[in-house]
Amino acid sequence: MDSILTITNLTKKFGYLTAVNDLSFTINKGNVYGILGPNGSGKSTTLGIVLNVVNKTSGDFKWFDGKTTTHDALKKVGAIIERPNFYPYMTAVQNLKLVCKIKEVDFSKIEEKLEIVGLLERKDSKFSTYSLGMKQRLAIASALLNDPEILILDEPTNGLDPQGIHQIREIIKQIASQGTTILLASHLLDEVEKVCSHVVVLRKGVKLYSGRVDEMISSNGFFELKCNNNEELVKILESIPVFGNIKVKNQLVTAFLNEPLKSDTLNKLLFEKGIVLTHLVQRKESLEEQFLTLTNNK
Amino acid sequence: MYRLLNIELYKLKHSRSSKMLIITYFVLLTSIALIASIKFDIGPVKFHLAEMGIFNFPYIWHFNSYFAAIFKLFLAIVIVSMMSNEYSNKTLKQNLIDGLSKKEFILSKFYTVIVLSVVSTLFLFVVSLILGLIFSSYTELNIIFSDLEYLLAFFVKLVGFFSFCLFLGVLVKRSAFALGFLFVWQFLEGVIFGVLKWYTNAETKAFVMQLLPLNAMSNLIKQPFSRLSAVQTVANQVGENFNFDYAVHWYEILIVIGWTALFIFLSYLLLKKRDL
Repeated sequence: MDSILTITNLTKKFGYLTAVNDLSFTINKGNVYGILGPNGSGKSTTLGIVLNVVNKTSGDFKWFDGKTTTHDALKKVGAIIERPNFYPYMTAVQNLKLVCKIKEVDFSKIEEKLEIVGLLERKDSKFSTYSLGMKQRLAIASALLNDPEILILDEPTNGLDPQGIHQIREIIKQIASQGTTILLASHLLDEVEKVCSHVVVLRKGVKLYSGRVDEMISSNGFFELKCNNNEELVKILESIPVFGNIKVKNQLVTAFLNEPLKSDTLNKLLFEKGIVLTHLVQRKESLEEQFLTLTNNK
Repeated sequence: MYRLLNIELYKLKHSRSSKMLIITYFVLLTSIALIASIKFDIGPVKFHLAEMGIFNFPYIWHFNSYFAAIFKLFLAIVIVSMMSNEYSNKTLKQNLIDGLSKKEFILSKFYTVIVLSVVSTLFLFVVSLILGLIFSSYTELNIIFSDLEYLLAFFVKLVGFFSFCLFLGVLVKRSAFALGFLFVWQFLEGVIFGVLKWYTNAETKAFVMQLLPLNAMSNLIKQPFSRLSAVQTVANQVGENFNFDYAVHWYEILIVIGWTALFIFLSYLLLKKRDL
């Protein structure tokens, strides 16, 4: 698989504070990556470094095969970090033309990209008259102008209203479905869960996990069970070796699996022992639960 | 180079305030011609400034480049704000992310400074040439095209001054503060002048003063008044004898070019070291 971005032992210190600590990971072509972490975990700093606006303290990163200079590589990248930054006195089209000049691509894609983000009708309005949601969508259009190899988004839905958030997510999903590699930094877990296949988890600048979202915790999931006699149920569950931790809360029995077990097998087993379930759900931990487990454990 | 210039001029072209200031600047440059219309006619005393010899070739090159340089402050505002606005709009960050290198960014600004200076110099050349052709007592070609080093000095002066403004824009990041800093710096050079006058001899003073950036720039084109024949006649009558060196010296040009290089390099260094 072609690697797009390789980060090795990257470190950034702001005075005493270490914002990014010995971070290494690789972004491969075609996947949708999420960088997850609470506020202040070093997400934006990491992106700032690879995007040439923050100076690294030590370590290294390389774009593509590492043969092009960073600023040339960035012409093949589309990126939005934090707030959308454009010239307030220029219209959408004028701003995009400027981006085209910088990226050395022609103006032919401007209308098409404005169409994707639904700003074609307002293309001749000044940027300063745009709402935050529109500004953010213009930023996405601008990042797409060069049909980038990778799209980098840093908190793209930050500060938007629910409708704006929904619009941005739809756009991201649409872009991802066309096979563009995406790197999405966010502290919103459901956002990452909905669009990403791979995830890098950071806390205080240290990498806690990187890999596929569904392999983040080697877990076989858990059962949520209810019946008329919970005490008896717990006793029986404890006698079955595949179960590990068993918790009872609000009449709901949660039993974690150490090995895989199918729900029909469990149902049959319990029925044979005289337990009739009123509630049976097999689930895997949501990303949020996995994330909290990860960030609390270490 | 064309690409970088193109990018920067595009930014200027769409900024209404910059456009207004640039137009005002060129209108003011043309207004030098208005001096020609200064005319008093009080009974027996007839005074027509244009006929006092100020538009005589080659003196006109000296006179006009001295006066035109006063208007450079208008362009200075444009240059300071084109730098500091990139900070306040955070478009500098976006430009870098879009694939402009920090070096290219500074160069695009510097090329614009060069272009504005070239255009100003050409403009001054044309305005002076026309004024001279109308009012000058001498119109022989070899006289018209003598003393053109004043135009070169004018150009170097503008580039130097604007580079200083560019550097202040990068350093201070706010246009109003950067312009304020410019005046503070001017004041500072005045203080140094005073201190040197008190504590050292004239030679040391002259040596140090010619090295200070703003003073070095104003040194390039010296005041032209005492060179006017009318003024000299009056001076001779009261027994004063001017012995003033009006020439543009190569080392003065070199000093300003040195400062220009330093300012641009320091701007680049600052930008490179900063986290945005």
